[in-house]
Amino acid sequence: MLEFLSQEPIRLGLFILGVIAFVGLNAAYLVLLERKVAAWIQRRAGPYEVGPWGLFQPLADIVKMLTKQIVLPNNVDPLIYRFAPAAVMLPAVMGLMTIPFSSTLVGRNINLGVLMILAFGSINVVATMLGGWASRNKYSILASARIVAQNVAYEIPMYLVVIAVAMLTRSFDLQEIVRLQAGPFWHWNIFQLHHNPLMPLSFVIFFICMLAETNRAPFDMYEAESELIAGAYTEYSGMAFGVFFMAEYANIVLGCSLMTVLFLGGWQCPFGLFPGLHWFLLKLYGLICIVVWIRWTYPRVQFYSLLNLSWKILIPFALLNLVLTSVMVKIL
Amino acid sequence: MILISYLKEIASGTWSLLVGLGITLRTLLKPTVTVHYPHKQITMSPRFRGHTELIRNAETGEPNCVVCMMCEKACPSRCITIEGEKKQGAKRKTLTKYELDFTSCSLCGLCVESCKFDALRFSHAYNLASMRKDDYRMDLLNEKKTKA
Repeated sequence: MLEFLSQEPIRLGLFILGVIAFVGLNAAYLVLLERKVAAWIQRRAGPYEVGPWGLFQPLADIVKMLTKQIVLPNNVDPLIYRFAPAAVMLPAVMGLMTIPFSSTLVGRNINLGVLMILAFGSINVVATMLGGWASRNKYSILASARIVAQNVAYEIPMYLVVIAVAMLTRSFDLQEIVRLQAGPFWHWNIFQLHHNPLMPLSFVIFFICMLAETNRAPFDMYEAESELIAGAYTEYSGMAFGVFFMAEYANIVLGCSLMTVLFLGGWQCPFGLFPGLHWFLLKLYGLICIVVWIRWTYPRVQFYSLLNLSWKILIPFALLNLVLTSVMVKIL
Repeated sequence: MILISYLKEIASGTWSLLVGLGITLRTLLKPTVTVHYPHKQITMSPRFRGHTELIRNAETGEPNCVVCMMCEKACPSRCITIEGEKKQGAKRKTLTKYELDFTSCSLCGLCVESCKFDALRFSHAYNLASMRKDDYRMDLLNEKKTKA
């Protein structure tokens, strides 16, 4: 039986199933976490009625989403309109397939894992843009224009930072990157100060870019409800909207996983003891909590300041970081 | 000079962002201030104005009202209807009907002010939602019928 399960196609199929379940569970319960944290920051109690402490609230939400009608408005592009929610989920699931959750728990470790995640990450933008464009709604089209400008601006500093990390580790293989960070926490890439004193700064740049890439507040320009109703999702209802919503959280999970692997040592233990899945999840959810905390602290930025932040601050610093890293790697 | 002001702006901006995060973190750890409404209810302040209610004699349970009609006359919305009768042997009139039409009452309090016999006051009832208009024709004399 186990022999049968360990065959490569079967194992991959099971892993895809597991990743989709993981993504779904995360999306459901991160919404609850989001609502709870929002409530606590505003000194309310948050969802409280469904189950103990509102723990079954996500199930009620899912039932509500699934039973609602998916309206297809007049004059929309029916094919693209239906395709966009599916395409928006794809990159997150693909990305999580190559994230090393532990030394053995990884879908398919490929030697260009970082590149693959970044390449598929761009599909997410295209899918959201298509969804907005196919909706035939002026708010959605405005949102599509915004999301493209925003993501082009933020992909550049993100990739520059990733290049710097790749220079340090001399590898695009995620499992290899984690292995190189073995040992106590000062071996993690974020604390590799003797290789590059700007490493914590590049972590911050990556974090900001991750927020912008996943369209999280304060950079949620494409869903600015005060200006654009619901942005690209205006015409979507029921589970079609629900999938977009899930994809947002799936992308946060993917972004935080990538950050954990690249900077925080993945599944390595900070004290060098018992490395494994639990450390990965601990770091992952720690980062996700920070993402949620940031969302409920800052107001949405103006679109001009959003682009200014990227082009005038993040890109110069990312370039400086890149040059410094390459010089230090060459000298040392 | 431009470079220095550029760096200063980044530093002050980053500091203000960190201060903001600190404020929300501290608020997050404080206890909540809202009440789980249907399960827990707060007591109203003494001067809260619900609909009016009759003050009754503590010993006999009879209302203090002597049917002087001052409240009915004072009401600008004409939402009070009073009926009374003079019972044989009694010194004063007895109330037989006190109906408050809460649909037009604006809680102005002129009835309470005009009462010279300490027979009327504001209640602390606030769970007054209803689907039927009849629920707001309140019979204050038979208080079972009015919603608490």
